[in-house]
Amino acid sequence: MDRLKLATVWLGGCSGCHMSFLDLDEFLVELAQRVEVVYSPLVDRKEYPEGVDVCLIEGAVANTDHVELLERIRRCTRVMVSFGDCAVTGNVTAMRNQLGPRNAELALKRAYVECAQEHPGIPHAEGIVPPLLSRVMPVHEVVPVEHYLPGCPPPADRIRAVLTALLEGRAPALEGAQLKFG
Amino acid sequence: MAAVTLTINGKPVSAPAGATVLEAAQDAGIRIPTLCHLEGVYDVGACRLCLLEVAGSNKLLPACTTKVAEGMEVWTDTERLRKYRRMTLELLFAERNHVCSVCVSNGNCELQTLAYEAGMDHVRYPYQHPQLEIDQTHPLFGMDHNRCILCTRCVRVCWHIEGAGTKNVAGRGAECRIITDLNQPWGESETCTNCGKCVMACPTGALYYKGVSNGEMRHDRHKLEFIVTAREEKQWIA
Repeated sequence: MDRLKLATVWLGGCSGCHMSFLDLDEFLVELAQRVEVVYSPLVDRKEYPEGVDVCLIEGAVANTDHVELLERIRRCTRVMVSFGDCAVTGNVTAMRNQLGPRNAELALKRAYVECAQEHPGIPHAEGIVPPLLSRVMPVHEVVPVEHYLPGCPPPADRIRAVLTALLEGRAPALEGAQLKFG
Repeated sequence: MAAVTLTINGKPVSAPAGATVLEAAQDAGIRIPTLCHLEGVYDVGACRLCLLEVAGSNKLLPACTTKVAEGMEVWTDTERLRKYRRMTLELLFAERNHVCSVCVSNGNCELQTLAYEAGMDHVRYPYQHPQLEIDQTHPLFGMDHNRCILCTRCVRVCWHIEGAGTKNVAGRGAECRIITDLNQPWGESETCTNCGKCVMACPTGALYYKGVSNGEMRHDRHKLEFIVTAREEKQWIA
């Protein structure tokens, strides 16, 4: 049997959406029988593969690696789902945008210099540490996505409703309080 | 008072002359989404969520400030209105910094509720992320301009229920702000009576009791309703 090829990615977010995914409890057992997890922070695969059916994207778009990965995901994936508030709205990750044009520099300085207890200094390593974008964006500002799964994090039952619909080949139809941000 | 007859969504409704379409709809049990409307103070038609289609008019009219008329034919929930309502909500979210996950009013916010009721699963417009102030100078209350939608409920309760006239509106367009007295820190206000009615009236997390954390804000709207009922009905019902 051809199982649905599922990927999950973690961009600029706290991983809370992935934690909520793990909160699916026994549905994870059912899911394991119906999907093949081909790429995820939860599995050990380095390259995003081709021919992915569904990809859940956690996190906002905050650095150049995120943009590159999203463009590859879009080329290789049939159905993309913005997974959680950071992906859908930018959420907390995008709050640095409020600091104006120098926001990336100011955020790095705050984290790595002002608040550093030892060895203050902004990390630089070309090809390893990706530069921050000057403006954090929700996923759909970079590539089009098929579906939105809001929540910070989305509760497990909301994730289940979306995955169940996609497994059955239906478009997810979240409505009312199932669309609540926060 | 003379009564007029109109139809709302095809249903015949009668209302006293001089009533607004919103009042007529509420009496007939027809819900129209509202955000700047607040029972007990006059309406200003600021938020545009209660927009109506009225036969014979190309313009969409706000239910809260449009008076009923004999033979009027009104629609409250058409495809066109739903489209504009969602657009309005998306623009409100894009304009300032409404980060529900870290807001005191998360789960108790009229803007948030209206958004999910309207099926807003994402915002199509680029977020503006303006740099805005938080006024924490008042001993009891705070004002976070990031979450303010300029509905002016706080201004109207301050002037017309409390009678203090502390809150006001300044500026135009993106520069528009709710201000205290002559644009002073709230804590230095000489007119504020510390009554808290503005906090009770606020639909979002823009006005809050100091000390509340994420999702803990309750606006105590019943206290405001108690005063309004006492004033209008002469009934002191707790």
